[in-house]
Amino acid sequence: MAGEIGHFALILALFFALTGAVMPHVGAYRKDTRLMALGDRAVYAQFLMAATAFGTLTYAFVTSDFSVINVATNSHTLKPMLYKISGVWGNHEGSLLFWVLNLTLFGALVSWRGSKLPLQFRGRVLAVQSLLVLGFLMFILFTSNPFERLDPAPIEGNGLNPLLQDPGLAFHPPMLYLGYVGLSVAFSFAVAALIEGEVTPLWARWVRPWALLAWVFLTGGIALGSWWAYYELGWGGWWFWDPVENASFMPWLAAAALLHSAIVVEKRDALKSWTILLAIVAFSLSLLGTFLVRSGVITSVHAFATDPARGIFILAFLALVVGGSLTLYAWRAPKMAPSGLFGFVSRESALVVNNIFLSTFAAVVLVGTLYPLFVEAFGAGQITVGPPFFEYAAAVLMSPLIVALGLGPLLAWKRGNIGRAAQIVIPALVVAAVAGVVLVWQTSGGFVMTAFGLGLAAWLIASVLLEIASRIRLFAAPGKAMTGLKKITRAQWGMSMAHAGLAVILLGITISEAFTSEKLVVMAPGDTADVAGYSFTFEGVAPVAGPNFTAVRGFFTVREGDAILTSLTPEDRVYANPPMNTTEAAIYPLFSGDLYAVVGEAAGAGRWSVRLYFKPMISAIWLGALMMMIGGILSLSDTRLRIGLPTGKKQAQKPSAKAAPKTGPKTVQGARA
Amino acid sequence: MKRFLPLGIVVFLVAVFLGMMLSDRNPNEIDSVLIGRPAPAFSIDSLSADTPPLTEADLKTGEPVLVNFFASWCVPCRAEHDSLMELAGRYRVPLIGIAYKNDPAKAVGFLNELGNPFSKTGLDLDGRVGIDWGVSGVPETFLIDGSGVIRYRHWGPIVGDSLEARLLPELEALR
Repeated sequence: MAGEIGHFALILALFFALTGAVMPHVGAYRKDTRLMALGDRAVYAQFLMAATAFGTLTYAFVTSDFSVINVATNSHTLKPMLYKISGVWGNHEGSLLFWVLNLTLFGALVSWRGSKLPLQFRGRVLAVQSLLVLGFLMFILFTSNPFERLDPAPIEGNGLNPLLQDPGLAFHPPMLYLGYVGLSVAFSFAVAALIEGEVTPLWARWVRPWALLAWVFLTGGIALGSWWAYYELGWGGWWFWDPVENASFMPWLAAAALLHSAIVVEKRDALKSWTILLAIVAFSLSLLGTFLVRSGVITSVHAFATDPARGIFILAFLALVVGGSLTLYAWRAPKMAPSGLFGFVSRESALVVNNIFLSTFAAVVLVGTLYPLFVEAFGAGQITVGPPFFEYAAAVLMSPLIVALGLGPLLAWKRGNIGRAAQIVIPALVVAAVAGVVLVWQTSGGFVMTAFGLGLAAWLIASVLLEIASRIRLFAAPGKAMTGLKKITRAQWGMSMAHAGLAVILLGITISEAFTSEKLVVMAPGDTADVAGYSFTFEGVAPVAGPNFTAVRGFFTVREGDAILTSLTPEDRVYANPPMNTTEAAIYPLFSGDLYAVVGEAAGAGRWSVRLYFKPMISAIWLGALMMMIGGILSLSDTRLRIGLPTGKKQAQKPSAKAAPKTGPKTVQGARA
Repeated sequence: MKRFLPLGIVVFLVAVFLGMMLSDRNPNEIDSVLIGRPAPAFSIDSLSADTPPLTEADLKTGEPVLVNFFASWCVPCRAEHDSLMELAGRYRVPLIGIAYKNDPAKAVGFLNELGNPFSKTGLDLDGRVGIDWGVSGVPETFLIDGSGVIRYRHWGPIVGDSLEARLLPELEALR
């Protein structure tokens, strides 16, 4: 019964989405405010229905109702409760339902938080959002219904892919989806602005918190995914430039660029058409990721079971959404002339530099990801594009970005005051330095790159601290530093935090790449292997039985000198349903780095092949990501971002408050009337 | 015209994706690099003790030959077996079997149970021949022309329409 309620709720949601997608536009055309306001009702109704459907599917998973095909294929009574629940979004149909739930959630949030948005504009935004919901609902109902029944119902389900039975992975997909779907809000705002034919600084102020929220979720989702790859896949790495990893990284880059370019729109009323394009591209890249994972066009560890009909449907949807919005863009973009100007050396210019590098990097990742596909499509054979390509691109493109990132926040808005010579010298110097370093790296190996990476990280941290110091006038008036510190807004703390987070990530990558010690040895019980000054003694193996798996557990005692530091117990698991083998690396985090042990195959005569690592500073990668997220949340919590709140004295004195929200909301409507 | 550039890129991408999806391809399949080259040399024991060892000379018979890597432990091999029987019976194609990393007794049992389509069967116990031939798993089937040159490789089981749609046209082209 529950399944039918869910199915029915989805059908109702489809009609609410149809209403929401059409009526606000009709209302805007007829100047009928009641029709425009129908958008709000429609998104709330969609959310209610999607939540009902999602709730019933979760109920089916929790109660192991195997008369629902989706539950029978993806769940099992012996599975721990956490994975029964995470199984809801751990499969194609359920994850699509989760997408829809999030799309409608964001629609409802826009309506709820956006009561100060002009009615017509809000109606258009919600109409675009409803259109996306409509597309996804059609996809679910026509090709991927999660509520389909199975008769007779099996006694037991097939179980969830064991690799997915992991706390990190229980939360990695939902976070990523929240990020992907969060970008839909920026997309809807962009398309609505294109329809209205106008982008104002206020528009940027509205759209930025949504982009920031999506970016925070994407950061979290990607970080969780790489953390999972690090400890679960047992190969010692954390990022492989797999097509699907790239598919999540590209929207992140685009969202990061969007966050920064929206600032320029807000402060200077420039970069408008570029920012609109970024908002469209960021969400399009999210859709592209979905398409790549589900269409079977590429191979990846992440790919879902594929079905050509689904692939064609998503492709059609992708073509419609992306093609439609870009057509609108091509038509309307010329209207968006910038009104503000800024000098060559200014914070705005630094943000432009940021955008150039971030979007170039996103484009390079896109080309690298799709290149094998193009080569095959044009009959030139099969190739793969691997980590060396992407690492090279990252080094070349991200280094100047980090240099600029250090300088940017130190520059004044509109017109900075580095001497005229420096204006020309600095960018040239950066390019020359990077080119030189890359050349030396190519000829003399990794050491130079390590030094360069550490130098960049140090530069970034130093400049973040310097920026705070100059803000509170630490050197000019040390006595008043504390008062200055209190005056720093949360948004500014957020910026510093996120930038410092990037430096910490860079530090983690550079040091762990350069100084990891690795040993692949065959050990008999009692053998000892030394890795980076730590001695690993192999004590033997023992069989273990889990709730739905059996495992071989290896025991290692790790000593530093003579003192016992810890014992590590990596496992090699065999799951019963479905039959599958997974490795559970044992990791012991120290302040200086991670001890990492993996037990492999039996090598006969009681000996086992094992891999032992010491990975210095590797936790910094995830610590840095966490700092970025905290930075984003700090900035989000800054009351200045909220529309409609009275502006305090502090902000009123700043040029940044130029687009004060008090007079703002009329701009869009007023200019149109 | 710059503003039409993003749209152009998307149209191009969609066209490529559509082409890829409509074409009959398996993204997991990796092309063999041995197409058009002589079959790698080998010499392995025959499955039945009373026949001489199987070598690459057995492939140069002047007419097309199929070489099938199989194993009794491989479920897809079981699934494609009917196709192999049909090839040997109805289409009169000489088939050479190579039991890949398979216990000889079990391989014999497998053929006794399902029927033996192979004119000759060799034993690749340690998988060395499989490595030389670039086999990524069983089953895989190679089409060899009369002079011992590999002309086509069928990846995975010959099931569904792949016998009629893929293997037979390649075979006809050689005959």
